[in-house]
Formats: sequence, structure tokens, C-alpha cells
Amino acid sequence: MIATNPYLGKDLIGLEPLSADQIRAILDTAEPFKEISERPIKKVPVLRGKTIVNLFFEPSTRTRISFEFAEKRLSADTVNVAASGSSVQKGETLVDTARNLEAMRIDMVVIRHSASGAAQFLAERIASNVVNAGDGRHEHPTQALLDMLTIRDHFGRIEGVKVCIVGDILHSRVARSNIWGLRKLGAEVGVCGPRTLLPPAVQELGVHVFPRIEEAIEWADALNVLRLQLERMQAGFIPSLREYNRIFGVTRERVERAPRDLLILHPGPMNRGVEIDSDVADGPHSVILDQVTNGVAVRMAVLYLLAGGAPETAEAAKRGGGAE
Amino acid sequence: MSPRPILLRGGRVIDPSQGVDDVCDVLLGEGAVVGVGREIAPPEGTEVIDVSGLIVAPGFIDVHVHLREPGGEHKETIATGARAAAAGGFTAVCAMPNTDPPIDDPASVGFVAAEGARVGAARVYPVGAVSVGLKGERLTEVGEMVDAGAVAITDDGRPVWDAGLMRLALEYTQTFGIPVASHCEELALSRGGSMNEGLVSARLGLVGIPNAAEDVMIARDLMLAELTGWRLHIQHVSTRRGVEMIRAAKERGVAVTAEATPHHFTLTDEAVDQYRTDAKMNPPLRSAADREAVRQGVADGTLDVIATDHAPHHYDEKEQAFDEAPFGIVGLETAIGLTVTQLVDSGVIDLRRMVERMSCAPARAFRLPGGTLRVGAPADVTVFDPAEEWVVDPTKFLSKSRNTPFAGWKLRGRAVYTIVGGRIVWKGRE
Repeated sequence: MIATNPYLGKDLIGLEPLSADQIRAILDTAEPFKEISERPIKKVPVLRGKTIVNLFFEPSTRTRISFEFAEKRLSADTVNVAASGSSVQKGETLVDTARNLEAMRIDMVVIRHSASGAAQFLAERIASNVVNAGDGRHEHPTQALLDMLTIRDHFGRIEGVKVCIVGDILHSRVARSNIWGLRKLGAEVGVCGPRTLLPPAVQELGVHVFPRIEEAIEWADALNVLRLQLERMQAGFIPSLREYNRIFGVTRERVERAPRDLLILHPGPMNRGVEIDSDVADGPHSVILDQVTNGVAVRMAVLYLLAGGAPETAEAAKRGGGAE
Repeated sequence: MSPRPILLRGGRVIDPSQGVDDVCDVLLGEGAVVGVGREIAPPEGTEVIDVSGLIVAPGFIDVHVHLREPGGEHKETIATGARAAAAGGFTAVCAMPNTDPPIDDPASVGFVAAEGARVGAARVYPVGAVSVGLKGERLTEVGEMVDAGAVAITDDGRPVWDAGLMRLALEYTQTFGIPVASHCEELALSRGGSMNEGLVSARLGLVGIPNAAEDVMIARDLMLAELTGWRLHIQHVSTRRGVEMIRAAKERGVAVTAEATPHHFTLTDEAVDQYRTDAKMNPPLRSAADREAVRQGVADGTLDVIATDHAPHHYDEKEQAFDEAPFGIVGLETAIGLTVTQLVDSGVIDLRRMVERMSCAPARAFRLPGGTLRVGAPADVTVFDPAEEWVVDPTKFLSKSRNTPFAGWKLRGRAVYTIVGGRIVWKGRE
């Protein structure tokens, strides 16, 4: 039987459809799971006997590894399928891939795909739980959840915190998931980037828009600096990486002028010297590596909840029995 | 062998071409309209059909359909498309040339015309391509295509991106008396887009197509119609500025006609939510303000013609991630229902205007026979019931394809008899 969790439903497709309580439940559930990764023997039997397929149609290193660690530390049996060398390259459609997975009676699918809506497409067609690990420009919910957990760790709350997302908002699923998640939990959200890299309807998403990085830094408690994909320059969205760094780069000089200590997040991988300077990324206010650590805990929490676990029994679950 | 004469008795005859709106009889014989009047005595051997309570109109003409043959027979064929048209109350359709290979020479035009005649459902008028291979480079042999049966030219599915070629097309067609139909889209603004640009596209993370992509091309083509003095037909208008510009051009006497589709006057981009590929079309579903402008355009005649842009696709092709699914929906079998429900019942237009937009105006725009019940006109008649309630069930479509966003919708208005050349090609009731 595939679990339909009372807290999250069958799938995690995005943060837009979730309530504040659901998001809080995931973050709260992640707390006890953090400790597992600090043990000498990093394994608990929470998902023993569950089979999970990591279905990555797009190259990914850190998200895939983070999911894989989360699955293995919860004792699930996992299989990785990458687009290259798989039947996908032989022309198999997404719907056929879905049906084949279904026929193998797997419990969960973690999917990364270049098309917006691909995770929902899969979720509507298979009974297994589906976790979106990034679909096109749509959402990347576990990334936003780990960003939010990191912000909460630092400030002790999310409500009222001013978070500015910097960079290529237009093409970013990380930005969308962060906007929904942070706003639902009461944070104020700003975006800053060249107008060519902001969605035309960006204001209607309920965010402050800062044309200049200096204004964003003046306003914010935390900056979430997005990776600038090099192909954006080739496509003409920005004239040059040099100019991007000059105008929008998060540099030490700019950060030092902030009226308060500015928390620095980056979902990685970084282009040092483009969107962020090394001395900021490696500096005292950077929590970039904490994000990576939290990523594993958040993904454990999501898998545990989708498998039917309850937030209040997470602590007990990790000491002993399974999710059900 | 001509069929028996038919007397349509006691219907409400609406024929805007001669200002008729009266409960009376229509007599058809020898493939032509014999008479319209009260208490017509049927000649011997006449099939008398009681159509009281129904609307009797000159046959509806859809100037914008994709029948997919040759090359896309898994989606639709000329036969299935012409039968779907008849079931939808259309007595004639204009088949777009973006097939594979495209309809860009006299032989292929002749094939479409001959196949349409062989099927004997709705009349099928071929539309030829503007450019050889739809490549936008060189003008097709328009004169020979017209001789073979082409009633217009268009590169529909894509724009004629070269303004110089569009000008040539609007000049060269003057010899042959046919209009140039234009799919208005500036590709440099729409490239990569799969839906309307706005809040919904921002939420879904889909690349948007701004209104401006359509507007700048409508502006260009109106200038070229003005420059050449020739007849431009703008297809599937979806934007408020587009409607405004066409209205202004008509006021200064530019020879332009324009279409509204049922989906653009019914839906907005909200229908795309949840990545519904059956709401993916080009031009895309727009905002509520655009939809309202299209409705007003139909009401005041800026948009002369209601056309469906019937675009069948196989379910496999629509069963994909949104970006990858093709544009287009089927429309022939829901057009009357949507027009009555969305425009007539809500008071945007009356039934007389509906007949004008679906029969008289398309016949005029493409200079087709029909669009009138004058004595001697072709015996092409649409008899429909504007009060019949029905639920859209795509599995019952005669079209080969089922890609409609209106499945399960309750509509009012449906064809009861479709008569082509004095022959009943569709009977909606026993």
C-alpha cells in the first residue's frame, strides 16, 4: 500500500499548494533527523523495506546525493536512474517511464526534470509517492525547505524576517519555492536582479522588487544568492558576466555596508566572482554549508512524512521502528 | 442524381443576408434554394421536415480548420474532419495548408478539393500556402492554386515573418480575388513560449508569450493591407490591442476581416492551471480583459467571423509535459454550443448576429458561395436548436481527436440538421 500522509497528502510537488501548518510540520520533523547525520553509525530503520527511485532527467550532483543520503540513512532501498544511458534517451515518453515504474511496485519516486509540471504529470499517473526534486522553472520545494530551516536556525523564527532572493528569478524554481514558502510562514520576501531576469508579473507574486543590489542589502536580513547560469549570458539576458558582477554581485564591500549582520545563503553550485565573491561565500555570515547539512535532514523529514509518519513521532521513529 | 426536394417547415428562418427573421418555410431542390416564404406548397416527392422551434440559417462556414491530411492522418483526415464539421453544424470548412507536405502547389490543392468532394459531408475548401514549403521565402503559384480550388492563402501555424513577402502576397493575390489570411505572431517575442505571459505563467514556471507578440504583427499586417489596398484576414485574434487596432483600421477603410475563436471568447489563461495541455493553444488563452475585448469585438463586428481553429492532436501528443505538448484544440463540434452559451445567452450578441458571424461574414470574407438563403443560392442550410442542453462528451466526437478543454461542460445550442447541396449530411435527432 502506498501511504497517503495525513500531513502532506500523497506527493510533494511544490510549496505553493501547501499550508503554513504543513510547511511547519516538515521543518519541525527535520529537527530530530538532524542528529542522525552526526552519529558514528548514520542509519535508522525508519524506511526499511521501502523502495525509492531517484529519477533524474537532468544532471544534478548535490540534490541527488542529498536525497540518496537521506534515503540510505533511513534504510530505504534506492535505485538511481539518470537520463543518460536510460530508456529516456531511447525515446521513451515520460508517461511510459511512469507506467513502468508503477509496474515495478515502487513506493516513492524522486524526480528531477527540465520541464515545468513534470513532477505533477508523474504524480497524477502513478500511485507511488512523488517528490519533486526540481521541475523546469516551476518549483524545487526541498531546496526552499532547507533554506527556510537554515533561516529559522539562525533567527529562531521565520515570521518577520526579510529575505531577498538575488539573481535570475525568471528561470529559477528555487526562487519560486522560496517565495511561496517564506511568505506562507510570514517572512517578507524581496527579489533583486536585472529586469530581464525577473518574471514580468513578479510583483503579483507578493514580493518587493529591488532594482539595485545596494537597496536590497539595505533592506534585507538575509540574502539568498542564486546561481547565475552561464547560458543566460549566451542567450542575451545580460550583456556580460563582468557587468553582472559589477552591478549585481554580492561583494564584501557591499555586504559590509549593510545596516545589520546579513545572513548569506546560496543554493549552489556557486560561480565565485560572478554572483557572489569568495570572501562573502567563505565569510562569517555565510551559512552555505549549513544549508547542505540541513538539506539531508529536510529530505529525511519529507520522505518520512510521505511514508506515513507523523511529525510528533519522528523522535521515537528514529530510535526504533519504522514509519508505520 | 440530385436528392429529393426538402421542405423545412415552420422554423424560425434567420438570414441576415436578406434581412429575414421570420417563422416560415424553406424549400430546397436541385441543390439550390428554391424559395423562402410562408406556407410553401411542397412539390410532389418532397421530404417535408418539421423544424418548428428550431433556427433555420444559411449554412455555417468555418474558415479556419486543420484537417491534417496529408501527413497527420493519426490526428484527423479530410473525411473525419468533414464529418465532424457536419456534426457541428458546418456546411463548409476552409482547410489550412500546414500539412506534411504542405498544400503549396496546384496538385496538393486539387487533392484536398477532390478528397473533400469524395467524402460528401461538409464542403471542404482548400487554402494554399503563401510561401513554398511554408518557409517564408518564396511566393507559391497562387494563380494555379486558385484554378485548382484554393479560396485563400496563408502560412497559418506560423507568421509570414518577412514583411516584404507579405506585401508581395497582398499584391499578387489581387489578380485572383482571394484574401491573404494571417497568423499574427512575432516569433522573436514568442519563441520558447507555451502560454500567455502573466501571473499564471510566472506561477507555473512556463515561458510566456506576451500580447505584444501578436499585436506588433497585427499592426504590421494592417499597415501592409493599407499600403496594398488588398484584403487581409486576421486569424484568431486574442488580444485587446489587436481588437482595437482592427477596429481603428476598419474605421479608416482598410479591407480587413478578422476572426474570433470560441476558446478565446470563453476561456482565460487560468484554464492552463495544473498544466492542462488541452488548454494549450496558439495564440494562447489570454487575460479576462482580453477575453472581454474579443467578446466586444464579436458584438460590434470588428471581429466579423467566428472560426474554430479546429486543431486535432492525438492523445499521445497531448499526454506530455506542457512545454512538449503541441498547440491547439478541436473546435468543430462545440462551436455552436459555446457561441450560444457564451455569447447569445449572456446577451453579447443575438441569434441574428450569430448567424451573421458564422455564415454570412465568413462567406463574404473568403468570397465563398453560400452565406445566404436567396433563391438560387447553394442549398447549404444549418438547422440548430439554441435551447438544447447537452454535455460535451469527447468520446462521441466524429473528429478523430478528443483534445478539448470543454469535456464535461454543459452547453446550450446544437445542430439538428446540416444540409449541404440539398442533401442532409447530419441529423442530430431521430
